[in-house]
Amino acid sequence: MSALLTTSGLRISIAGHPVCDALDWQVVRGQHWAVLGRNGAGKSTLLHTLAGLRHADQGRILMDGESLDAIPPRDLARIRGILPQRQLDPFASTVLETVLVGRHPHLGRWDWESAEDRRIALAALEETGLKDLAQRDVLTLSGGERQRLAIAQLLAQQPRLMLLDEPLTHLDLNHQVALMDLMRRQAGSGTAVVSVLHDPGFAARYCDHVLLLFGTGTWLAGPTAEVLTATNLSCLYGHTLHELTDAGGQRWFVPA
Amino acid sequence: MPSRRRALAVLLALALLAGVSVAVALVAGSIPVTFADLLPALGSGSDSTATEVIRGLRLPRAVGAFACGGLLALAGALMQVLLRNPLADPYVLGISGGAAVGALAAMLAGLALAFVNLFAFAGAFTAMALVFGLAHGDNSWTRTRLLLTGVIIAAGCGAVVALILSIAPETRLRGMLFWLMGDAGQISNPWPALALLVAGIAAALPFARELNLLSRGDTLAQSLGVSVPRIKRIVYALASLFTAVAVTTAGSIGFIGLVVPHLMRMAVGNDQRLLLPASALAGGSLLVLADTLARTLVAPQQLPVGVLTALLGVPVFLFLLGRQPGGRS
Repeated sequence: MSALLTTSGLRISIAGHPVCDALDWQVVRGQHWAVLGRNGAGKSTLLHTLAGLRHADQGRILMDGESLDAIPPRDLARIRGILPQRQLDPFASTVLETVLVGRHPHLGRWDWESAEDRRIALAALEETGLKDLAQRDVLTLSGGERQRLAIAQLLAQQPRLMLLDEPLTHLDLNHQVALMDLMRRQAGSGTAVVSVLHDPGFAARYCDHVLLLFGTGTWLAGPTAEVLTATNLSCLYGHTLHELTDAGGQRWFVPA
Repeated sequence: MPSRRRALAVLLALALLAGVSVAVALVAGSIPVTFADLLPALGSGSDSTATEVIRGLRLPRAVGAFACGGLLALAGALMQVLLRNPLADPYVLGISGGAAVGALAAMLAGLALAFVNLFAFAGAFTAMALVFGLAHGDNSWTRTRLLLTGVIIAAGCGAVVALILSIAPETRLRGMLFWLMGDAGQISNPWPALALLVAGIAAALPFARELNLLSRGDTLAQSLGVSVPRIKRIVYALASLFTAVAVTTAGSIGFIGLVVPHLMRMAVGNDQRLLLPASALAGGSLLVLADTLARTLVAPQQLPVGVLTALLGVPVFLFLLGRQPGGRS
């Protein structure tokens, strides 16, 4: 199996505060990683660094076998996509137009969106349950609808590595489950997914691997079954957590 | 999002409007010229009065007004993307303030028109370099910092302008006021501005889709493959140059740069591939029509065209704003 993302000796810090130190990590096609950590531990900073939106202090990041810095922006945008925490809409625009923005890295300088791009965009809206809103102005959407629109845009981008920063924000429970199911299908078709999550239960249910960031520069990465334990999570959040197993054998973690 | 075919149709219609507005400008005035005189006058060039009036007076003025209107609208559209602020206009970063200080200082010293233009351009360029240098200072080139620096420089220039006006002799005051309000009558050579307008559209269009992304946020643009710092510098340089040339050519004509991009956005949407050339054509046409009214409305008295652009633009803008539906099809 070829690694889509490899970090070696990666050190990242925010204003002198360490996020991770000597991070040696591999994300392989088809894997779904959860990134867990306390508020301010640097989960978003890590995602932004992996996406090439900011620089690391030290170490190397390889994207699809090539050094991240050496990949031209447009090529990079066809390999990895990121779902940011917040969406901005300073100007009015329709839902469909906003999804089509995701096609940018696939279009040449003088190209206009083709019928094929439109088909891909509509399929992405279908996947996120927004097809009926295609002609709505984004400024009239609710927080949850706007979040699903951002996910549709990422789907239209068709990256091989999806970096999701708190994808469940603003979503109702049914949409949270639908989104995680969608990401499971994405991983099943060979996309690698890295999600910053707040609920260890979702990580246990949907993610095959977990990366824990302890906020001091130390980290722990590995298969969910090994890493996601009540002991590790209690240490991570600084609060005792109990592990429960439901009738279906699914593990859940609840604060004491 | 318009299809390429629809975009071309819209631009063709606007080009037609531009042609009509220039034709009207050439015909209107105290010396009668008919539409029938236009072609011969522009073509072979007979030595009739009509030819002389058209070629010597009205054509340079109409072409200059068109070029300046186009440049201002284009600069305004670019600034609104760069600052991601619908209230941005070409003057928001103090470029017209710098130009005004230069031009009025030259007028105060009693220098010839050529020097007024030269000083205006030098002033605009100084303000542009100052804002860019200061905002760029600590390498964090944020919008807020850029906007604040521009607003402060503009305020400083405003104070100097007020100072010059208050100490200027009565005889020069009227010329200064006309310059400040924008006056197409002082255009001597319109062709450089027109050439820049054409070159400017050609330079901006290849980046138009990247500008679409930039208007949706830096992070989004960068994550979708846009080199954000580079394109911001290009946009800043282009918008500043357009503004400096427009202001140097015809004074600081207000309103066009703010309102035309908005009018076009309401009419054709926010796709920069269509919005940029459409704004340029519409801005040019609007300024030509406004200038024609300015010199014919109370002839032989001439009004400053800046007053006309505002008087025409405000009701049209409010009307469109009022009837704009929540979503666009």
